Amino acid sequence: MLSSLTRAMLSSSSPPPSSHLLLTHSSHCLKTPNLSHRQCKQQKRWTHGSQRASRVVAYYGLKEPPYKLDALEPYMSRRTLEVHWGGHHRNYLEGLNKQLEKSDILYGYTFDELVKATYNNGNPLPEFNNAAQVWNHDFFWESMQPGGGDMPKLGVLEQIEKDFGSYTSFREKFIEAALTLFGSGWVWLVLKREERQLKIVRTSNAICPLVWDDIPIICLDMWEHAYYLDYKNERGKYVDTFMNHLVSWNAAMVRMARAEAFVNLGEPNIPVA
Amino acid sequence: MALRALAARKSLAGSGFQRILGARGLQTFSLPDLPYDYGALEPAISAEIMQLHHQKHHQAYITNYNKALEQLDAAIAKGDASAVVKLQSAIKFNGGGHVNHSIFWNNLSPVKEGGGEPPHSSLGWAIDQSFGSFDALITKMNAEGAGLQGSGWVWLALDKELKKVVVETTANQDPLVTKGASLVPLLGIDVWEHAYYLQYKNVRPDYLKNIWKVINWKYASQVYEKESA
Repeated sequence: MLSSLTRAMLSSSSPPPSSHLLLTHSSHCLKTPNLSHRQCKQQKRWTHGSQRASRVVAYYGLKEPPYKLDALEPYMSRRTLEVHWGGHHRNYLEGLNKQLEKSDILYGYTFDELVKATYNNGNPLPEFNNAAQVWNHDFFWESMQPGGGDMPKLGVLEQIEKDFGSYTSFREKFIEAALTLFGSGWVWLVLKREERQLKIVRTSNAICPLVWDDIPIICLDMWEHAYYLDYKNERGKYVDTFMNHLVSWNAAMVRMARAEAFVNLGEPNIPVA
Repeated sequence: MALRALAARKSLAGSGFQRILGARGLQTFSLPDLPYDYGALEPAISAEIMQLHHQKHHQAYITNYNKALEQLDAAIAKGDASAVVKLQSAIKFNGGGHVNHSIFWNNLSPVKEGGGEPPHSSLGWAIDQSFGSFDALITKMNAEGAGLQGSGWVWLALDKELKKVVVETTANQDPLVTKGASLVPLLGIDVWEHAYYLQYKNVRPDYLKNIWKVINWKYASQVYEKESA
């Protein structure tokens, strides 16, 4: 690492290396300690065209919702899907790719890890907004389905009843959380690892409960762009419609099943004799 | 609508909040009338947006602000400190929403009443001083407005201490003073999605480009002259 730094310093036209400069560069490169083995930005500056061809960066593709854009009519119009997915979601993704193009420090992460890494423990890097919003929206489309709503079943229902008393109580709390959110944000049903409980969590702007190591089960986009074309200012109607007709408890079941590999939710039922 | 045009020609300069005294002397607030028709700002801002923005969103802030004030009053009377503190975010949000939108309606005016005409005299000079040119200011405010993540406002403000005009942004409904006690709002542009979504969808930069055609620089100049005296 040090030799490549020195090489970079010598071949660039910057002033002769002093201990001050060296410190600045290394502190810049070691921003995230576990990445000290990766190439630091300084080295890129003196790479020529041939070097550029061998540089590897990560790009992400726009994931489609698991249903056609008009499949959620009349509860969420095709127009909303077109603008929300095709406009907002796509812009976040293209923004993210443009940012990743300039930085190969963030290469090699899975998407979940990318969100946590760019969150940088509360001091988000500029890529966080785009990365987290892409993640959030992917999760949101998959949290809905045509013919959704109704009630959760089996394990999910059991856990909801255990942690909220009843489905009705959970539903009330979820709706209240959505309606009392100030500004742009999201409402989540998450499984908390430590407490081993389901909880309702609200986040602002782009924040995603992944950054606190929670396991999201369901989410609802409360940014105005999510409902304005269909419901204008009537947030209450939007949230009710989501609960009654859109939310995918099937997706919740799949996510819960996966979560149980990481969180021990109950004692195993060992039959006696 | 014609009645509104005739009757509601009241000036909203300064503090134009209409106050109604409540049962226990608590001052509550009500929706100020717009000094122009809902359709007067077309095509920069559609009539549909103006009506929803004024009658639904601003009204909701006022309703919730009044509710929060009543609860605050009760909590203060009971000496319930934790309830008082808990209400602060609702007051900041809804009260801020009311304050900000009241300023916003004054910041807009129809083209035939001078909307969009650049400022002259002292404010124009101050802008040239701080930003180089009027166009540079527009570019800066558009950039800040477009770059604002989530919901918020972008402001042209007078910093009374530094005696210059500055561009600031605030998140959600935070009033400008949260960014500095010496800041006085001259112009605020609402970049919450409800302010433009029906017309411009997700293309916030287009909204920002077009809103300058209906910005009321006369009002901004008046405030500037008064506050920098």
